[in-house]
Amino acid sequence: MAVSSPEGQGQFPLPKILTYPSSTPPTLITQGAEGRVYKTTHLDPSRPCILKYRPPKPYRHAILDARLTKERITAEAHVLARCAREGVPVPAVYATDPRAGWMMIEYIDGVPVRQAINEFLGKRPETDQEKVAAEETDNVPLIELLRRIGATVGGLHGTGNVHGDLTTSNMMLRPFSTTIAAEGSKARMVEGDVVLIDFGLATQSSSEEDRAVDLYVLERAFASTHPRAEKLFQHVLDAYEKSFKKAGAALAKLEDVRRRGRKKSMLG
Amino acid sequence: MSTGTVGRKSTSRYFPPSFLKYFKRKLKWSLKKEAQSSAVTPPSAPVPPLSTGSSLTKIEVKNKHNNSFTTTTPRTHFDTADSPKMTSSNPSQKKRRIALGCEGSANKLGIGIISHDITTGEATVLSNIRDTFVSPPGTGFLPKDTAAHHRAFFVRVAKTALSTAGIPISEIDCICYTKGPGMGAPLTSVAIGARTLSLLWNKPLVGVNHCVGHIEMGRTITGADNPVVLYVSGGNTQVIAYAEQRYRIFGEALDIAVGNCLDRFARTLEISNDPAPGYNIEQLAKQGGRILLDLPYAVKGMDCSFSGILTRADELALMMKQGKKGPDGEPFTPADLCFSLQETIFAMLVEITERAMAHVGSNQVLIVGGVGCNERLQEMMGAMAAERGGSVYATDERFCIDNGIMIAHAGLLAYETGFETPLEESTCTQRFRTDEVFVKWRD
Repeated sequence: MAVSSPEGQGQFPLPKILTYPSSTPPTLITQGAEGRVYKTTHLDPSRPCILKYRPPKPYRHAILDARLTKERITAEAHVLARCAREGVPVPAVYATDPRAGWMMIEYIDGVPVRQAINEFLGKRPETDQEKVAAEETDNVPLIELLRRIGATVGGLHGTGNVHGDLTTSNMMLRPFSTTIAAEGSKARMVEGDVVLIDFGLATQSSSEEDRAVDLYVLERAFASTHPRAEKLFQHVLDAYEKSFKKAGAALAKLEDVRRRGRKKSMLG
Repeated sequence: MSTGTVGRKSTSRYFPPSFLKYFKRKLKWSLKKEAQSSAVTPPSAPVPPLSTGSSLTKIEVKNKHNNSFTTTTPRTHFDTADSPKMTSSNPSQKKRRIALGCEGSANKLGIGIISHDITTGEATVLSNIRDTFVSPPGTGFLPKDTAAHHRAFFVRVAKTALSTAGIPISEIDCICYTKGPGMGAPLTSVAIGARTLSLLWNKPLVGVNHCVGHIEMGRTITGADNPVVLYVSGGNTQVIAYAEQRYRIFGEALDIAVGNCLDRFARTLEISNDPAPGYNIEQLAKQGGRILLDLPYAVKGMDCSFSGILTRADELALMMKQGKKGPDGEPFTPADLCFSLQETIFAMLVEITERAMAHVGSNQVLIVGGVGCNERLQEMMGAMAAERGGSVYATDERFCIDNGIMIAHAGLLAYETGFETPLEESTCTQRFRTDEVFVKWRD
């Protein structure tokens, strides 16, 4: 994903909704393969929001392109609305226009979980002394965060949806409003509600296989982004197990998925 | 590959009478053509007559190439057999390494000879001979018949490759063959041929991964440095990027390969398999475009699935044969079906490639494999790459479609790093993932 830059904005035409006169100029946050994410406001200049825009793809047949854009925006909004109704922390949907290919959702003020965990873990210990110190670090706040991640993912699966691309980059940490921890303390870095974002690949599914693949993807992503906290991943699964009724079956399936990997063997 | 390529109509283990009649006609035609072509071949390098009595195919010798490319900056230049650069085989003056590659993982039997300049590493194609087993319309190529074809034609193709290259056998450094992936019986037949050459001439063997062969040949021909590779053929659909000595698979088909989907749809419509079913679908699709029929679109992350699309396309073809009308109340034609199928599946391929490019942060894309010849796919990929400020690299049918030269090229690259396959380990396998190969020759 390309990071926003002043050139980045000039490079693409804005979606029509963002060309109307407004007191808050839109800023491009990220640009992926699928679409672009802008930050702007909804109704009121004090209410920040995210605008996800899927631009038309020039290589696709116009009819096919319109169909896919519409289907995908609608599907994403559906999953988000369903999760919000069931109490899973996700951004609220403010407005959609599937034909024009955009969707406005709540702006989550916080940092990605990936960043929070890495800041908590600090720099890679180099000397032996530092390694000992790192092991002695009190991991309790981190473990609590991992348990909240497990519970949130369990909550999502409990609603009959799977995310499709679970990584710690696709989770935001929204700080608790009434924080009592001291400013600058390490525990404060990993405090907050875990909010799932980027439902671009989400689907409605209650199958154990899909849930297990979701967990497997998270496990692999976690191991590659936070190798030093890999041992703690079990806490995510522990919390997941208690979060909804059929979690046990999904975890049993996870064993199978792990054993074969996500990929099939090549059939030639 | 082995699953889908089995013909639906001819499920019999033996040739039906019509099949034999078809091949008798083909043979007559091929002998006539051979007589014409041998008239222009110099008498010093006659094509040896076929020793076995097989009547399974026609000869197609596609080597007289021009140097036009659909791509940018070719790093390689091509010598035809008429102008071999050197004939000396004295090892002390050795300036180049030469490999002979044998390919036969599907219905193409290809033998090619390549030379690498020892100092510059520049690759020169000395010969690239291919012979395709073409099955009648409405049928696929069965492993058994394909293997029989490869066995029958191996000697002839090998001799043509040698005489076209115009080099003495003593100059060849190694014999490369396809270890896999592919259809079992044809792979085994060609491996036997390669082992025979190795023992006969006392040359080391090098087993090559078919997919890596495609990638390396594509990189060399187009000069693409570190592209995201889309490998699309009758048996494989993969999006590949290089990282840390391996070609890593980022996305792939979850069920049948894209080329298999096209081949089988060609069978449903009973389109000719000559020169290739996909080529005939492409030509037919050019007449379509009046409507876009609704087909499933199955992309999941960087993976995709084609079997559902084929089922739906077959259903629509059946409706068409029964004279039913399309969604807009008008009847539709095979051309409309081919057009809709191409638009849908190629959009899926471009989408997964785009996702992989965004993921690894590359803006070059290289298309290899038989389906890569399709100009519509190249055009769509070009539009996507242009939007990302990148470029698309593709090759033409000589290098896209399975050939011996790519096996020779990839094998020689491995051989130069000291890799050899001992005779007792010179097996072949139907399952051989691209990421199993340790790529020692790149950094």
